[in-house]
Amino acid sequence: MSYGILAEFKSPERLLEAANRARAAGYAIEAYSPFPVEGLAEITGMRRNSIPAIVLGGGLAGGIGGYFMQWYSAVISYPINSGGKPLHSWPEFIPVTFETTVLVAALAGVVGMLALNGLPRLHHPLFNVPEFHLASRNRFFLCIRADDARPFLEKLEPVGIWDVPE
Amino acid sequence: MADVAAPLKRRSYASVSDKIADIVLKRPTHWVWFAAFGVASLGTMALIAAIGYLFLRGIGIWGVNIPTAWGFAIANFVWWIGIGHAGTFISAILLLLRQRWRTSINRFAEAMTLFAAGIAGMFPILHLGRPWFFYWLVPYPNVMELWPQWRSALVWDIFAISTYLIVSAVFWYIGLVPDLATLRDRAKSRVKQIVYGLMALGWRGEARHWARFETAYLLLAGLATPLVVSVHSVVSLDFAIGIVPGYHSTVFPPYFVAGALFSGFAMVLTLAIPLRHFFGLEEFITDRHLENAAKILLACGWIVAYGYFIETFTAYYSGDEFEIAMVQDRLHGFYAPVYWTVLLCNVLVPQTLWWRTARRSVWTLFVVSLLVNLGMWLERVMIVVQSMHHDFMPSAWGNFIPTVWDWITFGGSIAFFAFLFLGFVRLLPAISIFEMRELVHEEKK
Repeated sequence: MSYGILAEFKSPERLLEAANRARAAGYAIEAYSPFPVEGLAEITGMRRNSIPAIVLGGGLAGGIGGYFMQWYSAVISYPINSGGKPLHSWPEFIPVTFETTVLVAALAGVVGMLALNGLPRLHHPLFNVPEFHLASRNRFFLCIRADDARPFLEKLEPVGIWDVPE
Repeated sequence: MADVAAPLKRRSYASVSDKIADIVLKRPTHWVWFAAFGVASLGTMALIAAIGYLFLRGIGIWGVNIPTAWGFAIANFVWWIGIGHAGTFISAILLLLRQRWRTSINRFAEAMTLFAAGIAGMFPILHLGRPWFFYWLVPYPNVMELWPQWRSALVWDIFAISTYLIVSAVFWYIGLVPDLATLRDRAKSRVKQIVYGLMALGWRGEARHWARFETAYLLLAGLATPLVVSVHSVVSLDFAIGIVPGYHSTVFPPYFVAGALFSGFAMVLTLAIPLRHFFGLEEFITDRHLENAAKILLACGWIVAYGYFIETFTAYYSGDEFEIAMVQDRLHGFYAPVYWTVLLCNVLVPQTLWWRTARRSVWTLFVVSLLVNLGMWLERVMIVVQSMHHDFMPSAWGNFIPTVWDWITFGGSIAFFAFLFLGFVRLLPAISIFEMRELVHEEKK
């Protein structure tokens, strides 16, 4: 049982075309490129990008949590008369509320991105293919998650084809 | 913007990657770097010694006293945090505005932000009488059952600065991950492969990963944009919500933010010019980049000049005798040379940038950027010290004279910044490699 079959291409256009055809043939595919290629994620089967929702959730949690913390401490837990101001002096709670909103939203975005991507990860079967190091330099790779895909990939005229051991 | 990326037409994905990665992986270390690093290390040790002595003896070793309880430490804090702002401006705001020329300068500008903000954050803590209790500013469960005072600008400050530091660090690191993967894949030695490999978090450039990465990066830029404006506004509120003449002014938040960008872009030029010279990066950081930075410098310079004008105008227009006395003290008093130098460096000198020949001359830009850095530091000293030494009652007037420890701490902080930056250019890619590959791709179309 192997991880899949890996094919190497020279340009993002060739990779897009190959991914399109593999997708049309009904294969489960993964595509690798040294920089983001527009449209590739949709072709490889990404239906929804949930990062914006995660960031929004983080921002709401940070904002509400930050304001609640100040209200609770200033009104309930530790009420203290400061310059005759009301205990719930909301305009002065805004700066900290803003900062906690941004902080939690940003951290949620980063943690969410890494978690959805399954990172950090110490090893991956693809790193067993020596040529794969070019995926972070100048080459574009298509991986078909099926053992019988070699003849299909050969028709796409890649620069090279490798079996990826599990 | 076509001519910014024009030199990239001759480049391929591979050659861009190799050129930038090999500065870190292969290029032998130049003797100039060793010399600079040696000097910076000595300065850093002086800073550590100064801090050690400070902890031993207390802030009495500085020139601060009543009435000028705030001295160099607060001025340094405001100056350093301002320098950081240009990095966020370049990496976040110019990203949202789709200014493609930012790509080759955003990485080192973000590093500059991180180091400057970190050094800035150190100063208010050093300035505390009992620095080992600095965490009392943070809300945490404690046996005293106390909470921070949310109506205090100093509490806003610690929230603003720590949020800024954390978000800048995360933004910078996430942008680095694909480039760390490039270094991991290109490194020959086992140690480098393991270290860069661990830092790259197992990045392999899968299409769906890239899509999430780009969204997260863009949203982080969107979050960092209001953040950068808020940070220096909050810093300015440390002054503006007090009633001291010269502090108590509504112009402070925008005036501080503009001053921050002004000094930050000056620092970008101060760093970019030697960086591209010593590492041969002229085709990535082109004359056009320097020229654009110079234009922003000129524009920010005018906003800062407007701030100076409106401060003086408001003092007279208000008819408040203490405000008027403060302005006259600025013009003729004990610290008058500081004010006139500020006007010279921040208002007069940047006007040379109206001329294209000046913007295209590397030496002129370097000298102007150094003078603006100096001018902005003096401006921060002027704001902090000058208002306090001359407030309401003549019996409470007094002068602040910096001691040798003030100077060592200030100079040491610059050396520490240089130490961090020199380390950064040798250990991490100073230009974003994957974004340069994207530029090459767009040029090919």
